[in-house]
Amino acid sequence: MRTHILPSIILTALMLVLCTVIYSVILWGVAQAAPNQGKGFVVEQNGKTWYANVGQTFDDDRYFWSRPSAVGYNAAGSAGSNKGPGNADYLAQVQARIDTFLVHHPGIGKSQIPSDLVTASGSGLDPHISPQGARVQVARVARVRNLPETQVRELVEQHVEGPWFGLFGPSRVNVLKLNLALDNLVSH
Amino acid sequence: MNTELSGVLAIFLIAVLLAIPLGRYIARVYLGERTLLDPILGPVENLFFRLSRIDNSREMTWQEHLKALLSINLVWFLFTMFILMNMAWLPLNPDGNPSMTPDLAFNTSISFVVNCNLQHYSGETGLSYLGQLSLMFQQFVSAGTGMAAAAIVFNTLRARQTTGLGNFWDYFAKSTTRILLPVAFIGALVLIFRGSPMTFEGKDTMITLQGDTVQVSSGPAAGMIAIKQAGTNGGGYYGVNSAHPLENPDYLTNMIENILILLIPIAMVFALGFYLKRRKLAWMVMGVMTLGYLLLLAPTVYFEMNGNPAISQMGVSEPTGSMEGKEIRHGAAASALWAISTTVTSNGSVNAMHDSTMPLSGMHEMLGMMVNSFYGGVGVGFLNFYIFIIIAVFISGLMVGRTPEFMGKKVEAREVKIAMFTALLSPLLIMGGTALAAWMMVHYPSLPWLNNPGFHGFSEMLYEYTSSNANNGSGFEGLGDNNPFWNISTGIVLILGRFIPIIGPVAIAGLLAGKKYIPESAGTLKTDTLTFGIMVFSVIFIVTALCYFPALALGPLAEYFSM
Repeated sequence: MRTHILPSIILTALMLVLCTVIYSVILWGVAQAAPNQGKGFVVEQNGKTWYANVGQTFDDDRYFWSRPSAVGYNAAGSAGSNKGPGNADYLAQVQARIDTFLVHHPGIGKSQIPSDLVTASGSGLDPHISPQGARVQVARVARVRNLPETQVRELVEQHVEGPWFGLFGPSRVNVLKLNLALDNLVSH
Repeated sequence: MNTELSGVLAIFLIAVLLAIPLGRYIARVYLGERTLLDPILGPVENLFFRLSRIDNSREMTWQEHLKALLSINLVWFLFTMFILMNMAWLPLNPDGNPSMTPDLAFNTSISFVVNCNLQHYSGETGLSYLGQLSLMFQQFVSAGTGMAAAAIVFNTLRARQTTGLGNFWDYFAKSTTRILLPVAFIGALVLIFRGSPMTFEGKDTMITLQGDTVQVSSGPAAGMIAIKQAGTNGGGYYGVNSAHPLENPDYLTNMIENILILLIPIAMVFALGFYLKRRKLAWMVMGVMTLGYLLLLAPTVYFEMNGNPAISQMGVSEPTGSMEGKEIRHGAAASALWAISTTVTSNGSVNAMHDSTMPLSGMHEMLGMMVNSFYGGVGVGFLNFYIFIIIAVFISGLMVGRTPEFMGKKVEAREVKIAMFTALLSPLLIMGGTALAAWMMVHYPSLPWLNNPGFHGFSEMLYEYTSSNANNGSGFEGLGDNNPFWNISTGIVLILGRFIPIIGPVAIAGLLAGKKYIPESAGTLKTDTLTFGIMVFSVIFIVTALCYFPALALGPLAEYFSM
């Protein structure tokens, strides 16, 4: 074994240079040409910027709500709830979320609530909700903001992102973009 | 057609279609034939060998191969351990993250050296950028080690009698530079342009629309994400791995990352066929593996898309399936596909939280890791499958009353003993570990380990040891595993679960290569036929069912029937 140790050490050092240093530096260099210099996509409105893909807490009645998060949308400490599907405490928590939702959304029946609005995402930073999750909030947002429901509904439909190429994957709504558009609507 | 299902189908088909040419390329690399990247990488490798004083044309015996393999792995372990325990004062630490405790550093170093990537820390707070990069280095070279081991076994299967089985350094270096590096590089480029960070700046501060101030973790993520997918490592940059919106920003990146999970493991199967010029044998292996994969995949997709019955009972609708622990942009079907892809291939990255998947989905995830050779990890997947082939050859030989032979070599008592020992080590480690942990829970019920009560809690412990033994690295992450008990016990399982299943097959293959070559005759048991494929599948099924059914009955099955 001893005869192999020295070659191992030297080869390790050389591989380290190739696979870690050179590889990373080239990628970093390429990233300078990518949107926002490879620091993640941002959206901009009125001179302010936000990370487009990093979800935020939205629990104000003036906004479309984002999904529950196990970490309160802490983007420096992502985590899911890791609750098992039959865990009684967990199911009680879901029930409480349903009840809260119903209080804030009079006239909405339980069966209209899609489960993504009452379950925590995997990362705790999910930037999206399902299209049904946005539609079910339209009446409340319109009422609180004194906007015609049709206008808000139209805004939601504009923000439904379809499957990729129309073929692959689910439809979704980016909550941040929808809420920014909503703020924009009011200020104009 | 449902767009979630068409996405799943596309991912699998693209992975297989890309794996065929890649397999041909891998075979050429191991045969030393001319390849596209020769002009660029040839001189680099020659320089590396010269500086390391390695003669890469010297043929090694199987024992020498193993000595070289274990030596360089030891160097990596000590190096990684040093970095992880000193990150706090070393450079590239813009967020001021602390060094690891010795037990956590032990577990993490082992886990990355053995290609497992069990993570008892969370990337955002537990590692500096230097720590991340040193683990990324392990993701390259540990995958290269596994592939080199497979290349040795490929070499032994050629029709001849020999003790010289190629050169370990050559196999290792070329696996890393010729196969892993280019694949990861391409993957990383796409990720950068789809929104994964590749920067050396520290955390950013963002004021949300509702006025809260939040810190957003960043860093050189894209490079690591690509190799953790391609090298079946799975250790993510962020705590939640590819569920994180910066690690896996959209459905396209999800497709690419999932394809990367499957790509090299499947390509290795085709590489075997091209290498030996025995395509039928490769298709037999591919057929058995794919059957196993699909049998695990189909029910998991069904259960996840069907939703959580306990939640539908509350009266809300589940149009997108079970969403706890899942991301909207991926959806239930693609999350289920990922869950099975990552567990059968010993990858271990996740795009949804496995702890929150349905009970039987969790069982299929565990079964994937228990078998660990439906495609399996890069290189090592084939080694595990090779063990099952040897057992199947032996049993078939007994059934028809002929001397068992594989690829023109007599399989005798010594080889079968090594195969049995290797195959039975997994259940011993998994059951032994889980039994010990369960005993601890019963006698010290105040231990803050489990995030869920009852059957599911048992599954959390069973999953952790299964994942460690399979060098998978995913987890039922609710388990409170960053403490000396889990760090050390899983660390030991990791070492044994990695090196015994490498040493065993290489030893068998080396012994067989040294035997006299007997050309095929009418009396030879054909191993590239449907019948033999069924035989191998039956062996896998019976071994797995006998070993693991009792434990699965106590965990996921009991949970399923109690819901």
